[in-house]
Amino acid sequence: MKSLEVTLRAVRENGRKALVPYFVAGATPDWVRHVEAAALGGADAIEIGIPFSDPMMDGVVIQEAGLRALQAGTTFESIGRQLTSIDTEVPLIAMTYYNIFLHYGLARSAGRLHEFGLSGAIVPDLSLEESDEWRTSCGEHDIATIFLVAPSTPAERIKEVARRSEGFLYASARMAVTGASSDQGDGARVVANVREASDLPVYVGIGITTPEQAATTAAVSDGVIVGSALVKVILNGASVHDVENFVRSFRDAIDTTFEV
Amino acid sequence: MSNIGVMGDPDERGHFGDFGGRFVPEALMPACLELEEAFRDAWADPSFINEYRTTLSQFVGRPTPVTPLPRLSEKLGLRLYAKREDLAHTGSHKINNVVGQTLLTRRMGKTRIIAETGAGQHGVATATGAARLGLACTVFMGEVDTVRQELNVFRMELLGARVVPVTSGSRTLKDAVNEAMREWVTCVADTHYCIGSVMGPHPFPWMVREFQSIIGIEAAAQLEELGAGTPDLVVACVGGGSNAAGIFAGFANSDARLIGVEAAGGAAVASGSPGVLHGMRSLLLQDEFGQIEEAHSMSAGLDYPGIGPEHAYLADSGRAEYFAVGDEEVLDAFSLLSESEGIIPALETAHALAWITREVGALIPRGATVLLNLSGRGDKDVAQVRQLLKGES
Repeated sequence: MKSLEVTLRAVRENGRKALVPYFVAGATPDWVRHVEAAALGGADAIEIGIPFSDPMMDGVVIQEAGLRALQAGTTFESIGRQLTSIDTEVPLIAMTYYNIFLHYGLARSAGRLHEFGLSGAIVPDLSLEESDEWRTSCGEHDIATIFLVAPSTPAERIKEVARRSEGFLYASARMAVTGASSDQGDGARVVANVREASDLPVYVGIGITTPEQAATTAAVSDGVIVGSALVKVILNGASVHDVENFVRSFRDAIDTTFEV
Repeated sequence: MSNIGVMGDPDERGHFGDFGGRFVPEALMPACLELEEAFRDAWADPSFINEYRTTLSQFVGRPTPVTPLPRLSEKLGLRLYAKREDLAHTGSHKINNVVGQTLLTRRMGKTRIIAETGAGQHGVATATGAARLGLACTVFMGEVDTVRQELNVFRMELLGARVVPVTSGSRTLKDAVNEAMREWVTCVADTHYCIGSVMGPHPFPWMVREFQSIIGIEAAAQLEELGAGTPDLVVACVGGGSNAAGIFAGFANSDARLIGVEAAGGAAVASGSPGVLHGMRSLLLQDEFGQIEEAHSMSAGLDYPGIGPEHAYLADSGRAEYFAVGDEEVLDAFSLLSESEGIIPALETAHALAWITREVGALIPRGATVLLNLSGRGDKDVAQVRQLLKGES
């Protein structure tokens, strides 16, 4: 079992709901300090978005952050260099589009992720059917390959995807790209479908905007992923302290609902 | 009569050699699988094929003729023929694919269709096909292109479609595709995404080629009737590559050399490298970090940083050859065809002719029989060409 999955299964066994914030690497000069702040604020794992020119699964907020990062000259390697200064024990997970890794070389990418201190990777446009080579490369470097399921994914397919996902399964709460939403979405139903097929931790993301939504969603899953809502406050100029408070507000809402 | 197999099917996961496949968010996988099944079923169903063929004849005006180009032939020292897709309803080959996909949309029980468009040709064709079948229609168009092709925006609106200007990224065709994909995720249950070229995730590259193969099938028979036999060369312009794939399909099993002509500023075969974008593995313009680069062409329809995966495969295997031409040569070819034969071509099409005029006596032996796919008419480009020609003088 990959290290990431050992860690995240332990989170669940300790009765804790996982909180996974998402950052776009390079969107602001002090993004690494933001990541550390999120860890202090109570994150159990942190997604590091590597910007791509054509983010097909992302809404306007993450598009904007990615554009800023690219304009600032952010690359896979520059992210790695900046991460060497990071001070946290919280597992870090890369999230990007397949072309970034494909162009860099799959085996080389997986090796670099490991050297950069990342322990998992989410590649939303890499379908299960095309993933053999990537999974093999990640297998050689202890990188957990995390797959998504959506409200549209049929039961049979959920079984297939869950069997190959490592660390956790990313359950999309709605048929939408990343971005704010006011309703709860379909997360509960997707999680219930996964439960029938797998005992992998299931985290829900896409459209989790407020601490209250996070708490309600955590009630029916093993954890929540908070992306656009956090990226938006960062684009609006949040300080390191603001980021920590933002993450803690989600942590507190979740923990108040689930006394540990 | 099914056309499957004319140019070779991809494998069951949609690969043409190393290219193609299906690289989409999980939310869209079921829709791609459903579409593949629906297309396989329809394309083997005589009643569907019959409706597709009937619509092409009664609504699109097929078969489009093959026209000998005698004055230009004499000038160039060739036997030059044009397959007249410019005479198809809405002014280009795009409608062939739209007829197929709109009929398929209805067959799948979906009530709405979305599309991307660059120059507006595919958007207009989709709006037209949607109007004919009473489907709701939304077209995504880069904001830059809505300005360049303002009249086509109005055309689409006249046809009852909603046009959404796309303001992300480079605000051109590739961003329109991104935005259409993002939209499709939210409405996939009742909406079909009518991709306009031989690109995107499986089954689109294969399905669109099949719907366009009518061009090549007709042309091969028409050349026989004209006594021209098998051409030495078949030449077509390539953005994503649907008109080229369609005409190549009729000659893939012949001795004809198949030539795709790209815009120099968007030459995925000459300047690209393998990568994944818009659901497919193909040849793409990208930088050293794998970020997709913007294509630059005066022709909005060729302003795409990639090429359909089957073309990448045909280039790789050597069955087809791909070349690039620059804007200046294209303008000359545009005028040349207009003045010598009384046909104003689309700027996209003028790329194919520009290559022919450049290569006579070089890559094309004098006296050769050449079939040009005249993929679209130039009405949409007249205002732009006027500006460009004024700028020159």
